[in-house]
Amino acid sequence: MIPAPFDYVRPDSLAGAVAALAEAGEDAKVLAGGQSLLPLLRMRLAYPEVLVDLGGIAELRGVRDDGDFLWIGAATTHYEVLHSSLVREHCALLARATATVADPAVRHRGTIGGSLAHADPAGDLPAVALVLDARMAVSGPDGVRELAAADFFVDYLTTAMDDGEVLTGLRVPKVWAGWGFHYEKFARTAQSWAVVGVAAAVRERDGAVAEARIGLTNMGAVPVRARAAESAAAGAGLAAGPLRAAAEQADAEAAPPSDLHAQADYRRHLARVLTGRALAAAASG
Amino acid sequence: MGRVPRVHTTIDGVVYQDEVEPRLLLIHYLRDRLGKVGTPIGCDTSNCGACTVHVDGLSVKSCSMLAVQADGCAITTIEGLAPDGGHPVQRAFADCHALQCGYCTPGMVMAAVDLLRENPDPSEAEIREGLEGNLCRCTGYVNIVRAVRAAAEEMGAPGARIHPAPEAAVLPGGVPGAESAAHASAPAGGGTGR
Repeated sequence: MIPAPFDYVRPDSLAGAVAALAEAGEDAKVLAGGQSLLPLLRMRLAYPEVLVDLGGIAELRGVRDDGDFLWIGAATTHYEVLHSSLVREHCALLARATATVADPAVRHRGTIGGSLAHADPAGDLPAVALVLDARMAVSGPDGVRELAAADFFVDYLTTAMDDGEVLTGLRVPKVWAGWGFHYEKFARTAQSWAVVGVAAAVRERDGAVAEARIGLTNMGAVPVRARAAESAAAGAGLAAGPLRAAAEQADAEAAPPSDLHAQADYRRHLARVLTGRALAAAASG
Repeated sequence: MGRVPRVHTTIDGVVYQDEVEPRLLLIHYLRDRLGKVGTPIGCDTSNCGACTVHVDGLSVKSCSMLAVQADGCAITTIEGLAPDGGHPVQRAFADCHALQCGYCTPGMVMAAVDLLRENPDPSEAEIREGLEGNLCRCTGYVNIVRAVRAAAEEMGAPGARIHPAPEAAVLPGGVPGAESAAHASAPAGGGTGR
């Protein structure tokens, strides 16, 4: 299938991209790795008049130490994230979840910023950004601003970014020493989207859970923090039994969809079971 | 629509400069403009991996990239992998009978070459995971996995870490946490598609 015609701009600076978006108006679309956008264009589910390609902007790419934060440029590919020793050291949860995104060829082109800005509730990385308290850096015609991940995802395929704004990167606080992580994903086949995914972070103290963070993928129009289960897990012993009991509340805040992959009640069941597994795996590593 | 961009690429060792419509997909540029029909179009939905090529050394589904995005890149297709079709992975696919209809084979070979670049000595589970973006509807993957393993050894990987003929043990969907490599899931859930 062949996309509808569009104009193409490849600026070599962030300022150039913001200017190009402003000039093109509301029928413009940002192109990063294209692994979500190109299929949409081919199937003519999207037909922008202008594509602004971020692929030529070196400043949007790469991972660097930024004091109390890790900076991950929006145009950094999943492959680069996976191979970043800084990511493995400071936010291993991101590496674990990224390893489950699609397949190697898609990970070579797809970018972390594209995945987050696309805001697909079945995407693996939004729930991870939520759990890690990532700050989303955004540039637009009115300047630069930063949004908490919790405020960034506002609806199905919709973020808090305005038309004309570009996600430039994430700042992840380097507060995760001593935490264990796991991303548990349930998908029908290899390379499929998650029917449900669970991002878990557990900090242990004296043989019990001191603190837990749980983010749910595809359990609503936006990624969900399972706060009731987080509270229930705090203080629980590290054995499977107490963690499973805490996970019984994993779907309390969620409003999962029913679609051709799963009914809502089945997703609730999955969220509880997978959260139990994810907490146990995070607690042991 | 306005401007027609120029792209400058090196494809299978040959330098090309062309004007392309922005919406032209890389796969259509390769096949329709350059006549490089060794790379087939399979699903057109990014699932099947038949159109896999290497862009700057990394496997990419050429249906999921615009030709304009390839500006400045070096691309290798199945046609440029080895001058006589004699790359060790290609030979192993023939020797191990790793194809039936052959439609997925160019993409499968390109993905396997990239897999071995990153992991020269992969286990069966690692091969299956590394090829999860490539679908074969004929073979059940068993001989493909064997071929990749055989190529790894041919290319210098140390030991045989794979048991021959594990057909009966390959379970669709796999067994979570299974220790044995023979129980790893098949690259597309073993034939259910999606």
